[in-house]
Amino acid sequence: MIKQFLYILALFIGFSVSAQDIPEKPNPPRLVNDFANVLNPQQVTQLEGELTEFARQTSTQIVVVTVPTLDGYDVSDYAFRLGEKWGVGTGDRDNGVVVLFKPKTANEKGQVFVAVGYGLEGIIPDATANRDIVNNEMIPRFQVGDIFGGLYNGTKVIMALAAQEYSAGEYHEKVSGGGGGAGIIVVIFAIIFILSLFRRRRSYYTGGSNLPLWLLMGSMMSSGHNRGGSFGNFSGGGGSFGGGGSFGGFGGGSFGGGGAGGSW
Amino acid sequence: MKKTWIILAVIVVVALVIYSSVKGTYNTMVTMDEGVSASWAQVENVYQRRADLIPNLVNTVKGYASHERETLEGVIEARSKATSVNINPENLTPESLQQFQDAQSGLTSALSRLMVVVEQYPDLKANQNFLDLQAQLEGTENRIAVERRKFNESAQSFNTFIRTFPKNIYANIFGFEKKSYFEAEQGAEKAPQVSFD
Repeated sequence: MIKQFLYILALFIGFSVSAQDIPEKPNPPRLVNDFANVLNPQQVTQLEGELTEFARQTSTQIVVVTVPTLDGYDVSDYAFRLGEKWGVGTGDRDNGVVVLFKPKTANEKGQVFVAVGYGLEGIIPDATANRDIVNNEMIPRFQVGDIFGGLYNGTKVIMALAAQEYSAGEYHEKVSGGGGGAGIIVVIFAIIFILSLFRRRRSYYTGGSNLPLWLLMGSMMSSGHNRGGSFGNFSGGGGSFGGGGSFGGFGGGSFGGGGAGGSW
Repeated sequence: MKKTWIILAVIVVVALVIYSSVKGTYNTMVTMDEGVSASWAQVENVYQRRADLIPNLVNTVKGYASHERETLEGVIEARSKATSVNINPENLTPESLQQFQDAQSGLTSALSRLMVVVEQYPDLKANQNFLDLQAQLEGTENRIAVERRKFNESAQSFNTFIRTFPKNIYANIFGFEKKSYFEAEQGAEKAPQVSFD
């Protein structure tokens, strides 16, 4: 029985791996994923630190991915699929950016693509991505072999642009807005609680046993408490996101084909 | 007397079970159908975006390469053909989709002819305005590819949903039909021939 189960599980895992060539979401989540080994650990740490800090302040997630090969995909297609699969950016704002880099090899051109999530297309239009980011900052540096410099300066420009769209203040406002929602739920519970007290008192006065109704109210309340609890967990998660240090995770952002790339 | 009550109760329970299953399936079908319509709207949206870029592009090219009249007129003509074909998402039949695709691929090839011609004009290629337009055009082609893929994915999940048992029976009753997909351009699967005669 267990054997069978394991067999099915293995089959399932095998299938899910072979079905997609796009790498799986990193666990724990990281913003710099150097699959092609073109950066040294110190550079990875520096870039990761800045991108994490930026994601913490603005909720905009910029992911840098280097891959040794594109597995036959078009560079833009690879970047969009990866962004969609990992869910780069937050789900409600789609404010993710994927910087995909494939190094130049003896018989293949080097390629880079900046994929811009739906929510940032307005602030980073294709022409800007093409001219200011890819052609001005990245490719000249890649051509002389300065891969870190190209990625670093390119992401700097992306950050400068994206910071205009979602400022830190706006983000915090939104977080406290969530707290307001929790407040409404608390008020509803309070009303239910008072109503149930009232019911009980009336049943006490009439002398009749109104236990089922009381139980119903009680169960409603306890289920309500559960919901309240999970809400608390949610905001706790937000807190850990704001706590600095490591990056909190991808949020399910979506990509519609914005961005630009180049080769050298 | 008691027996009648039991039979009645059984009928009521069975009716309720059937009702809730049909209701759930039907509502999911409606939701998915709307999802397909929405992704179709996105497809038309990005094609429209491409059509909107063309007047600007043609004007910029005209400033540098005015005697490429034929190519430029070809683009304008293909554009007006492409924008005249619109499909209501309720009517996504293979024929109408094919018609839409033919009109759009006419514009795609007219644009690629224009881009080949442009290679002969170094001044134009150095023009920042033109470079920006070119980047936008490339970005729009990327968007078209992405939205077509997303449309195919949502159409596929809808089709799979309505064609599995027993949902195919409900789908038949309520008249949900299979959606068609975007297919690769005809001839795109063949590698281009290169000859140096």
